[in-house]
Amino acid sequence: MKFLEYLAKIDRRIIYLILAIFIIIPLIKPLNLPIGSSHPVKSLFDFIEKQPEGAVIVLSMDYDASVYPECHPMSRAIARHAFLKNLRLIGLTLNPAGTGLALEVMTEIPKEYNKKYGKDYVFLGFRPDITATILGFGEDIRKIFPYDYFGNKTDTLPIFKDVKNYDQIALVVSISGSALPVSWIYLARGRYGQDIAAGVTAVMAADYYPYLRTGQFVGLLGGMKGAAEYEKLIERRELATSGIDAVSISHILIILFVIIGNIGYIVLLKRRK
Amino acid sequence: MLQKKIPMFICFLMGFLLFFQFYIPTSWSQNFYSTILRWILGISSFAIVLAVASLVRHHTRKIKERKDIPYSITLLVSLVATALIGFIGGIKSGTLFDKIFNYIQIPLQSSMFAILAFYMASAAYRAFRARNIEATLLLLAAFIVMIGVIPIGDLIHPYVPSFAQWILDVPNLAAKRGIAIGVGLGIIATSIKIILGIERNWLGR
Repeated sequence: MKFLEYLAKIDRRIIYLILAIFIIIPLIKPLNLPIGSSHPVKSLFDFIEKQPEGAVIVLSMDYDASVYPECHPMSRAIARHAFLKNLRLIGLTLNPAGTGLALEVMTEIPKEYNKKYGKDYVFLGFRPDITATILGFGEDIRKIFPYDYFGNKTDTLPIFKDVKNYDQIALVVSISGSALPVSWIYLARGRYGQDIAAGVTAVMAADYYPYLRTGQFVGLLGGMKGAAEYEKLIERRELATSGIDAVSISHILIILFVIIGNIGYIVLLKRRK
Repeated sequence: MLQKKIPMFICFLMGFLLFFQFYIPTSWSQNFYSTILRWILGISSFAIVLAVASLVRHHTRKIKERKDIPYSITLLVSLVATALIGFIGGIKSGTLFDKIFNYIQIPLQSSMFAILAFYMASAAYRAFRARNIEATLLLLAAFIVMIGVIPIGDLIHPYVPSFAQWILDVPNLAAKRGIAIGVGLGIIATSIKIILGIERNWLGR
């Protein structure tokens, strides 16, 4: 009985220690749990897959390093998919602290596919006002971004010869740890009818389902699982695939802690009665 | 008095013009809209300058008042040093600025966020109690979704992920949609109040 009572008041340091151990083990020795492909992830994959060669995708990497493990693999996987399909990629960020991460995606991934800067892809960097930037994309990208991240005049870049605004853009993918994808929906989808997809952290994913069901999002990557599923679909397993085992174990542990806490709570309650 | 009246007039005028611009598909209307968008970008840039100035002022005051001095000094030194390194050495891949970002900022920010997992585990253990039917239903729904969104869900039973997806698609969606409609109506009402000068909180004190 005493043990059952103890279950209601386990020291939080013990919880931290157990969680740390069970997160570290699968990171060192992966369990290789099977990864499926959920409908929201598959929809995005299929949408990009059916685009004709040379179609333009805008990848808006609207996150900072705090959500790096969940969001960064998504950006990398989508950039890879675009280049695998010989699509053109326009990268930008609406988060000032996200420029470095977006830069990494836009410099490392194109190298793997021998893509040419300015022709096959471009990195526009950061712009401060979300509303004006998203709406500006619907008018003339070159006016909102007269220069790219590296200081080149966007007027001189070949990619912008036939790309002026949303009319020439097949899809915008907003990867974010905040409510930014909704701004893309309100402003780009609402005003210009632009197809939008989102990649968000697991805790944010539930907020985006209404937009997915109405077709305002063509697809949705939710958390590390969404990223791992996308990595599986493009057959290039890396950051998310290696982290999903640790996420799985941590979920199970939290559930177990809640069950243990409730057993202790019920025992204590009965005793008081 | 003019300090309030002029911004309110600009707000009313711009709100009114941009509202009607949307319904006028002429070239001058489009040009006006494009110009406004560029103006907004320019003005927004000043917000960053203002934010940096405010941050510096706040921490200089804290240093003067001798409150949390080491933290404020660390912040100010990091701010100035990173900005200088960026201005002098550039911000391209492989520069010192890039290395500071990759090897200091990313690990620090990621670690801060990762600590949340531990707090969440501890908080869930303490606070998630099946006190009544509603709380028990919430707990069960949380368990199903938590298991359903990880690969183990598939291993337990193929229906677990489907059921988790159903919870997200139906009950969750119903509640979220209601909230979204409420928020949308709230945004419209607040916007009208701001344009008409009824809501004046944005003017500050």
